[in-house]
Amino acid sequence: MAQEILIDAEHLYRYYGPTCAVRDVGFQLAKGDVLGFLGPNGAGKSTTMQMLTGNLAPSAGTIRVRGIDLLDAPKRAKHELGYLPEQPPLYREHTVDEFLTYCGRLHRVSGDHLRVAVGQAKQRCGLGAVGKRLIGNLSKGYQQRVGIAQAILHNPAVVILDEPTVGLDPIQIREIRALIRELGNDHGIILSTHILPEVQGVCNRVQIINRGQLVFSDTMAGLEQHLHSQHIIVRLRNAPAPAELLQLPGVAALELLDDGRLRLRYEGTNPAVALAEIAVARGWGLEELIPERRTLEQIFVELTMQDTPIDTGDTGTHPTETEAA
Amino acid sequence: MIRYIAARELKGLFLSPLAWSILAVVQFILAYLFLAQIDTYMQYAPQLAGMEDAPGVTDVIVAPLFGNAAVVLLLVAPLITMRVLSEEKRNRTLSLLMSAPVSMTEIVLGKYLGVLGFFLAVLGLLMLMALSLFAGTSLDVGKLLSGLLGLTLVIGAFAAAGLYMSSLTEQPTIAAVGSFGLLLLLWIINWAGASGEQVSGLFSYLSLVQHYDSLLKGLFNSADVAYYLLFILTFLVLSIQRLDANRLPH
Repeated sequence: MAQEILIDAEHLYRYYGPTCAVRDVGFQLAKGDVLGFLGPNGAGKSTTMQMLTGNLAPSAGTIRVRGIDLLDAPKRAKHELGYLPEQPPLYREHTVDEFLTYCGRLHRVSGDHLRVAVGQAKQRCGLGAVGKRLIGNLSKGYQQRVGIAQAILHNPAVVILDEPTVGLDPIQIREIRALIRELGNDHGIILSTHILPEVQGVCNRVQIINRGQLVFSDTMAGLEQHLHSQHIIVRLRNAPAPAELLQLPGVAALELLDDGRLRLRYEGTNPAVALAEIAVARGWGLEELIPERRTLEQIFVELTMQDTPIDTGDTGTHPTETEAA
Repeated sequence: MIRYIAARELKGLFLSPLAWSILAVVQFILAYLFLAQIDTYMQYAPQLAGMEDAPGVTDVIVAPLFGNAAVVLLLVAPLITMRVLSEEKRNRTLSLLMSAPVSMTEIVLGKYLGVLGFFLAVLGLLMLMALSLFAGTSLDVGKLLSGLLGLTLVIGAFAAAGLYMSSLTEQPTIAAVGSFGLLLLLWIINWAGASGEQVSGLFSYLSLVQHYDSLLKGLFNSADVAYYLLFILTFLVLSIQRLDANRLPH
């Protein structure tokens, strides 16, 4: 079933002078999506997020928020957006209550709605006890929470969070992740982070950006496929000639690892069963048979450390759009 | 929308000790000038009484007071306006306004009115001093109002120029130095016009002080008022452009 498309970005480019920070980035965000946005420092994550929120104008490309063009009708489009930049935009000399009330007013929330919205945002971000305190006197973790409260206060359709868990302690990180998951039920969320387990913990879609280009874009389920790399690792006491192993059905390549184990790349069905049977029949002395499972970190490193995309799967410079879950 | 931005700006100013100390220092200096002016008047009062068509209290006390107040404000206005936009850029709080559904014009006008609010407080205190003269004598209300209008316009021009300077840089100090230089130059630009023949007209027209002087004398000339309004409009438009340019690729 097609979900409502909240953000539709097409062919975004952004130049800083001659430097191209973002090159032909395009993606969609549907309601209920929690999109993890990964990339090394300077890859263009923050630039993309700033473009999505109207803080930077793209050099080329279009952004539509709920079908409203951000460049043509910025006011209407920004209504639907909540944004927490890398550095939370806080007025240190105001109290939390004053600040949130001001943010609500900027988003045209008023009267009773405003009081309710401020109360709700505070409660969701665990700020109930610090409403009367000056933001400048709060700890980094609490300031971060005020930043998140500011982004969700006006109940926007899309919440864009740039590294929301930086500077938080482990317990706060858990709370914020739970909050993000909860928000994901009825909002669209874009989350940029360096913490890879965080993406696996809260997101249902992943995008990796490198040198301004999207190099990976898939759902979490699709990512699982990638994590099952097409490799098995075996240790054989009496290893046969490589040619003999390559004749096994499905085995495409073979690599001798430093510790004497063999790494087999296969195509199609996993040849583990066949390999075990033949190994027993021919007396190879099978000692280990391990399906290799890659981590998100490995995928991330592979994609961002080399110029060409990885060979497994359908990733490319134009990532295939995944259908909404 | 504009009023919320203006209210926050004004509140933010008064939450910092800078605004209060400026208010105190300015008030002290203006009070001293006021007293000195009264003293002068008292000294010459007997002679003035004998003169035909003698200058009144408004001419001797209020007009010089307002004239000096403009100079004092020229010195302190950059300190108030310096951080308006530059500090938001520096503390990265500008993105709060940029990602909210408000236009650049609303942001600039809100900021401008907020700062203007502070200056109107200075003006209010100054006006109280002038009005206190009513306790002992009578004033020329027309001249008083004309002077008040002049000072309001001058302050409005200071604030607009300061706001623009603040939009140019992330460093409040640079914004302060820049706007002080700009204002001082425009204040004294008619000095060059005084000696030359060819350029004098243009220079004296550009001068901030020239137009103020005639309003202080009680001469309400719409060209003078238009000068200040154009001045303010120009710098506000430039600020909006400058703020917008931050977003655009270059």
